[in-house]
Order: sequence, then structure tokens, then C-alpha cells
Amino acid sequence: MNRFEYIRPRSVAEAVAAAAIPGSAYLAAGTNLLDLMKIGVARPGRLIDLNHLPGLDAIETLPGGAVRIGAQVRNAELAHDPEFARRFPAVAEALLSGASAQLRNAATVGGNLMQRTRCAWFQDTASACNRREPGTGCDALGGENRMHAVLGWSEHCIATHPSDFCVPLVALDAVVEIEGAGGRRDIPLADFHLLPGTTPERESVLAPGELVIAVRLPAEAAGFAAHARYAKLRERTSYAFAVVSAAAGLRIANGRIVEARLALGGVAAKPWRAEAAEASLAGAAPDADAFRRAAEIAMAEAKPSGDNAFKIELARRIAIRALTQAAAGTPDRLPALPASSFASNAGAPNMGGLHV
Amino acid sequence: MSDVQRMRHGSSIGLPVTRRDGHDKVTGQARFAADNHPTGMLYAVLATSRIARGRVAFLDVAAARAHVGVVEVMVPGNRPALAIHPDDKSVPFSFKMDLLQDDRVRYAGQSIAVVIAETLEAATEGAALLAPRYAAEAVEVTLDAPGAFVPETVGVGAPAEQRHGDVEAGLDHAAHRIETTYETPLQFHNAMEPHGIVAAWDGDALSIDMPTQGLALTQMRIAAFFGIRMEDIHIRSPFIGGGFGSKLLAGPQVLGILAAKLVGRPVKLVLTRAQMYGPVTHRSATRQSLRLGAAADGQLTAIDHHVRTATSRHDDFLEPSGGISHSLYASPAIATTADAVRLDTGTPGFMRGPGEASGSIALESAMDEMAAACGIDPLEFRLRNYAEVEPITGKPFSSKALRDCYAQGATTFGWAGRPLAPRQMRDADGLLVGWGLGTAIFPAMMFQAEARAVLRRDGTGLVEAGIHDMGQGAWTAFAQIAADSLGLDIDQVEFRGGRSDLPNAGIAGGSGHTATAGGAIHAAGGQAIARLTELAVADPRSPLFGAGNVGVVARDGRLVRWDDESRGETYGDILARAGLDMVEGQGSAAADQATAEQYSLHAHGAVFAEVKVDPELGQVRVTRLVGAFAAGRIINPRMVRSQYYGGMIWGLSFALHEHAAMDVRTGRVMNADLAEYRVPVNADVPSVEAILVEEEDPHVNALGIKGVGEIGITGTAGAIANAVWHATGVRVRKFPIALEAFSGA
Ligand SMILES: Cc1cc2nc3c(=O)[nH]c(=O)nc-3n(C[C@H](O)[C@H](O)[C@H](O)COP(=O)(O)OP(=O)(O)OC[C@H]3O[C@@H](n4cnc5c(N)ncnc54)[C@H](O)[C@@H]3O)c2cc1C
Ligand code: SF4
Repeated sequence: MNRFEYIRPRSVAEAVAAAAIPGSAYLAAGTNLLDLMKIGVARPGRLIDLNHLPGLDAIETLPGGAVRIGAQVRNAELAHDPEFARRFPAVAEALLSGASAQLRNAATVGGNLMQRTRCAWFQDTASACNRREPGTGCDALGGENRMHAVLGWSEHCIATHPSDFCVPLVALDAVVEIEGAGGRRDIPLADFHLLPGTTPERESVLAPGELVIAVRLPAEAAGFAAHARYAKLRERTSYAFAVVSAAAGLRIANGRIVEARLALGGVAAKPWRAEAAEASLAGAAPDADAFRRAAEIAMAEAKPSGDNAFKIELARRIAIRALTQAAAGTPDRLPALPASSFASNAGAPNMGGLHV
Repeated sequence: MSDVQRMRHGSSIGLPVTRRDGHDKVTGQARFAADNHPTGMLYAVLATSRIARGRVAFLDVAAARAHVGVVEVMVPGNRPALAIHPDDKSVPFSFKMDLLQDDRVRYAGQSIAVVIAETLEAATEGAALLAPRYAAEAVEVTLDAPGAFVPETVGVGAPAEQRHGDVEAGLDHAAHRIETTYETPLQFHNAMEPHGIVAAWDGDALSIDMPTQGLALTQMRIAAFFGIRMEDIHIRSPFIGGGFGSKLLAGPQVLGILAAKLVGRPVKLVLTRAQMYGPVTHRSATRQSLRLGAAADGQLTAIDHHVRTATSRHDDFLEPSGGISHSLYASPAIATTADAVRLDTGTPGFMRGPGEASGSIALESAMDEMAAACGIDPLEFRLRNYAEVEPITGKPFSSKALRDCYAQGATTFGWAGRPLAPRQMRDADGLLVGWGLGTAIFPAMMFQAEARAVLRRDGTGLVEAGIHDMGQGAWTAFAQIAADSLGLDIDQVEFRGGRSDLPNAGIAGGSGHTATAGGAIHAAGGQAIARLTELAVADPRSPLFGAGNVGVVARDGRLVRWDDESRGETYGDILARAGLDMVEGQGSAAADQATAEQYSLHAHGAVFAEVKVDPELGQVRVTRLVGAFAAGRIINPRMVRSQYYGGMIWGLSFALHEHAAMDVRTGRVMNADLAEYRVPVNADVPSVEAILVEEEDPHVNALGIKGVGEIGITGTAGAIANAVWHATGVRVRKFPIALEAFSGA
């Protein structure tokens, strides 16, 4: 058997100390890590189990209204927390549009941020992959790469970050709390994941052994609750990663957009915040013209990395969709199929509430 | 008395009896092959090739062997000898196999070594430690590979070229012509239960737990490989977690038997999901060019159906997609032709509706294009081209209730009022709505089967036949037929199946299992009753004495006079008086050549689909599917409905989801798991209805059964593609329908 050490620390400090040894990996729910170990993509010498650490599984509202989500909070738990979902509906919607119910029940906040790309060549150890083995090349180039990046890629790597959750988080200025041998630090989520450049193997700013302990959303993020949506285009109705997705949040007063937030998923190696597009919306009427313009701006720099030019247009359209839906107002209840084109489920008999 | 009359009396035939194995399945007590753990059992894991063509240059056998728990590593050098070469194909339906005969690699995923260990984990790691090195050669894996050839036969011995009438003349004279090309993708078998085996040798006797759709064929194949007698091979296959044509014969499981022989201990070998994308056969891609001609009134004048498909470099199976055009629509001229390329892949094989499924999506799409060209409603267009006799042969159909299928399907679906032009309907949310239709058809096949039936003095019955339950409900349907044949309540009959030491019940394939094995059971029961009747009518002490001329009928454990049911006696009384413990009957069933020469034998159906399409994003969802099928006598409507559902959902998968993404540079499947090899999930199938259209067929076989296992996949995929066109105005001819198709719309 593939032998590795298994460590169950009792405190964050113990965990971080244990991870000082090279070749260590943190084990959250393992829904990504264990799969990668089985196919030989990840071969950690030491697993540090986070599941018994105290203090990482709370959703706390801090004085002033920010919310702090422990790294070990399960995706489903967070999405179904009524207070959280009320204040950050697009985040809940994104979470519930991801994976399957079984996976969401297990998968953690920290694991979702840190999940690896779904690039097929990354997962195939017989293929060349700079991200998996620096310097070997990139077999995704020239393969069936229709799902790959259209923004921020380099010729060294064209993979995307697959998370749904991270897309509204980055739109809402989430901050990642990190603990490491050198102490604690906070990093804005927007700066947390790294674009590939010449070093695609460096996926985030985490130094070896550093642990994500929480994600924080500032109080202001709740200011978008009335107009916040996540829209996700996928190739089956449920249980599929985003081809493209978008999170939109608007603050609207007197028929004008006071402040807009927009981020895209499935387009780059990180959740893609579209700040210039947001700026274009400030002061505009929340109408189709403004949204089309914002979408154009968001994708202005996009270029295909392979057979995926269609994704550029689809990314514009999903951005328009999310903005349009956000402008229409957050629904009282999450739709039965969150973030889906088929949200209302019309025509489907015998289907009650949430069906994801 | 006719069979029909007897069956309608006190029999469970036609009733929705619940699954007899249901309780065991939901409580986890149903023992599938891999659930067996004989004492001393070791675990075998395949090491498979990452290249698709070339040689294995090096395997680090020493490293694997040194790993804790590894017992043995089987490679070509130490693999036990076989009595015949793995490329031998003398057993029906068999393909050339890869059983470590040499260092050649013929496709990615081919077995190149087997690691045998005390634990699954040790065997798995041992296989990884082999770290093979290869001498790789360039591969061809697409339909554009060089060297296309015209095969002599396609499918199982069907002529590759068939003609009737003058197609070119038909096209020349047509008022409307269409010429289109459809592409269907490479698909792999993904039954829930991967191929597995637990094999144990005892001298020259072999005991096997393995899912198989053909117990006797598998026995024959293994006997040939190992040079042992069929009767020394005991196979148990009580439950099969889906077969769909991939488990007809022993597949890579033979390596498990070899491994057990090598180590002299029982061995379990189960393929991983990823290993299903290599040696277990698949459905090859097709490129189908259709030319249709139609007169101004919409009558077809010609169908020309050319199929480009692929087989492996080393063996032949040509997906017979053109066959569907022979039997479905009336046309004075029909031509079907084929060519193929040889690829560095495993050999394709039987996958639910082989030929019909892939052919149907092309023909139904083309018919829809032609209906649109003629400006005729697609249902009306199909009715105008309704085949009263089989078009290519001119034979009458043994029965054909397709008109009823169209009518009942259309009514339930609400087809009337469908706008002719596309992109006319929207729902309240602004989604595009489209309706499409596809005709379903599948041949009614028979193979060969035997059965044995016994009536016991205690009034119970025993029926034995080596039948196969793949989840389709064989345990239930055959028990119903068995009970009916013996005139007993279903709970009074002990039914044995799923083992190789029972009468050979043929194969569960070609949608012919119920008809064939059911026919044999029916005949066996009939013979047992006849023997009992002989005893009674010849015995002056019996109330049935001398009733031979009037006729005697079996009912609820009694034989009674046909003309007076109050006169009769129990089976037990007859046997007791005769001093017998039991009477036995044997039965068999096989295809009847005379019938097949006289009639065209087919089940039919009509599938109606509603799709909704996001007008900006192009995401498609099939919101309703209604299929109406006529397939002769229905033994158990509950099971049959499930077969139709399953077939239709696979049709949905065919239209929208399923495809293997093969890296054309390496020949490796890059989505060899169920996260990325997409099949529909529940949310993709919000509403599916199956209508069982009544059809009585006096010719097709003794029981009047046509088979229901495969027909549901035909018609459906085309119906969905046509609905997508109706919703969007975009005609997608490459399957599965992808988002790209709409991004310019
Ligand atoms: C079939 C399938 C479909 C899926 N579909 C979707 C989808 O549609 N959308 C979506 O967003 N996701 C999807 N997922 C991904 C799923 O959300 C991730 O697998 C999950 O979020 C990972 O969480 P985990 O707790 O299991 O992490 P693990 O698998 O335990 O860990 C993942 C990685 O993160 C590291 N890690 C974990 N926690 C920490 C921490 N606190 N600090 C530092 N490093 C850490 C681990 O070392 C590892 O490298 C899918 C997954 C599967 C298997
Ligand atoms: S795109 Fe990136 S992850 Fe994929 S193969 Fe290339 S380098 Fe590896």
C-alpha cells in the first residue's frame, strides 16, 4: 500500500508544527485529496487530519457585522445556515450549485478554496503537466481543451480553478485567515490564488505548511443581499463543474447602481474579479445596456487558450445573466435548482423544494 | 386451448408483480460476484497500458514483488499456459483477448501485468510500482484514420451493403432532397457493477463467481481457454449489476482465473472504473451520411444511409448503424453501405442497441429535417411514410402496433397544435421550448434455451433454467412464466437460475432473453403438465379419466376438465395415486427459421420529447419524455416500464451527455470516470413516462414476446435532437449536443 504517516493534531499550533516537515498535506474532507492520492497525482508522505481540530468549524458573526467562517465548516452547513444565507445569498447559491449533496455534506470551506484544477492532463500522471511536475510541459495545449482558461493563462498552464464558492467570495472582498510557522496573516481572497505565469505549480500564496483557518466576509458584503445572485452554466442540470459562472451583487438606490460587484468562475486559474466592469456600473441604471457593457469590459482581455473561444462569449452572457438576475432582486427562497437556467423547474411534476 | 386463453386465467402474467429479489437488493443481501470471499482469497489488480500502440519495454517486477503483501506478479513470462491462443474466436460472440500473451500493446488500458497480493491495497500499490516503460508507436484513433476499407459484414454477420430499388433514381425524381452527415461519439460501458470475478481452482475444476449475460457461452469460452470440460466449470451469476452487452462472455476476468492458477489460491479481480475504458468493449464512433428524397406530398422516394465506423486494428466489430433504415420507413429505394477504419483502440462490441441506437439518432434526425423541408408536421410525415410491410424485404410484419404508439404517445404528450416552425414556443421564464419525435424500433430476436420443470407430490413446482438477472427483473418475470406454465401460484414454485449447472438458458442479450428462456420454461412446464395429464386421463380412478379428448387444463394446482371445471383433482392426488414423487418436463426454445423467413419481427415505439433551452446560454434540459411502445405480450408491466425508462434515459444521455474524450495524440480516454464521463443525473430527467401499447403477436414466438431491453434507447435520442431544433432553430448534427452549437445563436 501507498504508505504515509497519518497525524491527528489537537490544536492549530500542533497542526502547523506537524506540517513543517516537507511532503506533508492537510486532510480536510478528502473529497479531492484522496481522489488525487488514489490516481497517483498526490503522494504526500504525511497526512495531517484537520477533522478533529477545535475551533475551525464555527460560523461566527463578529462585532461590527463581519462573518468568520472556520476552515472546517462543511459546504452544506454553511449554505443552509439561515442567517448566513440571508446575508450572503449568492454565496449560498454558489455552494448549493456545486458538486452533489453527498460531496457538499463532507467538503469543507478550506478544501474548496484549495481544491486542485480538474484539468484532465493534470489528473493523468502519464501526461506532461507543468502544474503537477514543473518543467515537463503542458499536454492540455493541443488536447480537447474546451473547458480551459480564457483569462490570465500562460503558455505554461491553461488550467482553471474549479470552485463555485470562491466566485461570490471574491466578489464580496473575502479575506483568508492563514496560520503558519511564522504566525498569522490575512490575505484578500483576490490575491490568494496565483495565475500560472511561469510557475503554475504555485497555486496560492500559502507557503508550505501554512494552514487556512478561516474565511472572513466583511460587514459591507451583506449590503448586497437584496441584489445578489450566482449563475452557473453547466453541461448537465446538476453535478457538473461550471463551464462559466458569474456572481453579481448590486446596491441600488433611486433606480441607479450605487455599487456593483462582479466575478467570474471557470475562466481562469483563480476566481476572476472584474473590477473594471464593476466600476463601469457605478452610477448606471441597472439595465441591459449597462450590463452588456460591463460584460464586454469584464472579458476585454480574454483570449482562447485552445478550442474554447465559445467560452468567451458564454462568459459575457453569464455575467449579463447574473447581473440581470441580481437587479431583479434576490428571491425569497433559493430556487430548487440553484444558479441554474432551469431554476423554476416549470414542467417538472412532483418536485418540491430543493432538488440539487 | 390456445396459450393465450390459458395465460389469462389465474396467472400472474401481465401483472405488475414486484421484484422478487427487491428485498435482498435494498437490504444489501443480494450477493454480487465481488461480495464473495472464499477462505485464502487473494486480490488481483490489473496493471494497464498507458500507451495505445507499441511494446512494453520494461516492468519493475522486482519492485512490485518486494512490496509488503504482494504474493506474485503475473507477466507474459510466467502466465500459466492456455490451451488456445487468446486471439481464438471459436466461441460465438467472442472477441480477441489480451491475456498477457506477449509484450505487444494494442490499445490504451490493455492489461500488461497482474499483481496478486494479500490485500487490495498492496496489489494496487504493487501495480503502481511496476512503473512500466514502453516503446510507443504513433496511434490512430479517429474516424479520419487512413486506410478506410469496406467490410463484408457489419454487426453479427449482416451484409455491409444492402440495396432495394434504385436510390439514385429516387433522389433524382424527388421534389425535396436532403443530404446530411451526423456524428455519434465513442461511448464506453459504465454498468454500475464493473467487471469482476472470484475464481477458485480445485484441481482441474474451477469455481467462479462472475457476472455474465451468457452462462453457457462463458463456460464454453473458459473451457476452451483452459482445456478443461465445461461441466468442471461452475459459474454463479445470481445478480448482474448491469451488462448491456459487455458481459456476454468472460472478459478481462480470465486474467483472474489465470492468477488463481498461478498462485494456487482463490483470487478476486475487479476492474476499477477507469479500467472499464479499455478491454470491456465499447460503442465506436460513427459518421453517418444520409440522403433522403421525398415527393411533393412527403412520400419518401429514397433512403441512402452510409456509415463510417471504426474497429480495432486487430479485430472486427462494425457498429451496424445502417440496419435501422431497412425496416422503419416505406421507401421505394433504400441503400445502406458501410466503410470503416482500423484504430488503436480496444475492439468495439455490443452496447445496448448496437447499431440501432446510433443509427436511430441519425435516421430520426434526417427524417425530421425532411419533414421540415416538406413543411409537414413530423408525426404526419412519419404516418405518410408508414411501412405496411418491411421496406427492404417486402415481408409483412408479424404484428405492428406503431400507429397506436404514435396515437397514444401523441395524446399523452399533447403533441397536437405543435407549431411547424422552430423557435416559436417559450415558457413563463422565457426559456425556449421545443417538441420532437422519434420512432423506436428493435428486432425481436430469439436465441436458444432449455429449461426443466418439475411437479412434486406436495403440490409445489420446481423450475430450473440458467437465466441471467441483470437488474431487468429476470428473477421475477421468469418465475411468473414458470408458475403460469405449471398452473401454480408463483409462491408455490421454486425457481432456480443464475448458475451454470442448470439447463442452458442461452444469453441475456439482443432483447431476446424473456422470449427465448421464457419459451423454454413455458415448454418445460407444458410438458410436465402433459405428463401429469397422461397419468390422470388414463387412470380410471381419476375424475379426469377419459377426458383426453375434451381437454384438460391446469389451474391453481389442479387439473380440471376444460368443459367442466368442477371436475378435476390436485396434482398431488394424481402423483400419489400413481406412486410417483414427481413428474418432470423439459422444454426448449429457439428462433424459428420459417417464421423469420415469412415475417419481419420487430417491436416498435414512438418517443416524444420536450426540451427547454436557455436562449442565451444554450443549456438544454429534457423536461418531458413520453414513450409509447408495442412489444407483443408484456409479462410484467412494472419491469417493462423500467426497461423503457432506462432505455429512454440512455437515449437522453446519447443525445446530450455521453462521450469519451480520447486524446487523439495518445489514444487515452481523458474522462475515464463518472464525474467527467457524463451520464444524466436525476435532475436531468424530471419527467419520463412509458406507455405500454397493447399488441398481440400470434407469430413471433410461443409466448408472443418481442423484447423490451433495448428499444427505449432508439427513437429517444433523435426525438431530443429534433426537439432541440424545434426549440432553437439550430440543427445539431454532432452528438452529444454541446454548448458550442448555440454560442453563435
Ligand atoms: C465529482 C466532484 C464534483 C465536484 N463538483 C464541484 C462543483 O461543481 N463545484 C465546486 O466548487 N466544487 C466541486 N467539487 C469539489 C469539491 O467541492 C471539493 O472536492 C471540496 O471542496 C474539497 O474539500 P475537502 O474538504 O474535501 O478538501 P480535501 O480534499 O481534504 O483537500 C483539498 C486540498 O486542500 C488542502 N486543504 C484542505 N483544507 C485546508 C486548509 N484548511 N488549509 C490549507 N490547505 C487545506 C488539502 O491539503 C488538499 O490539497 C467536486 C468534487 C468532486 C469529487
Ligand atoms: S493546463 Fe496546467 S494543469 Fe493542465 S496539463 Fe497544462 S500545466 Fe497541467
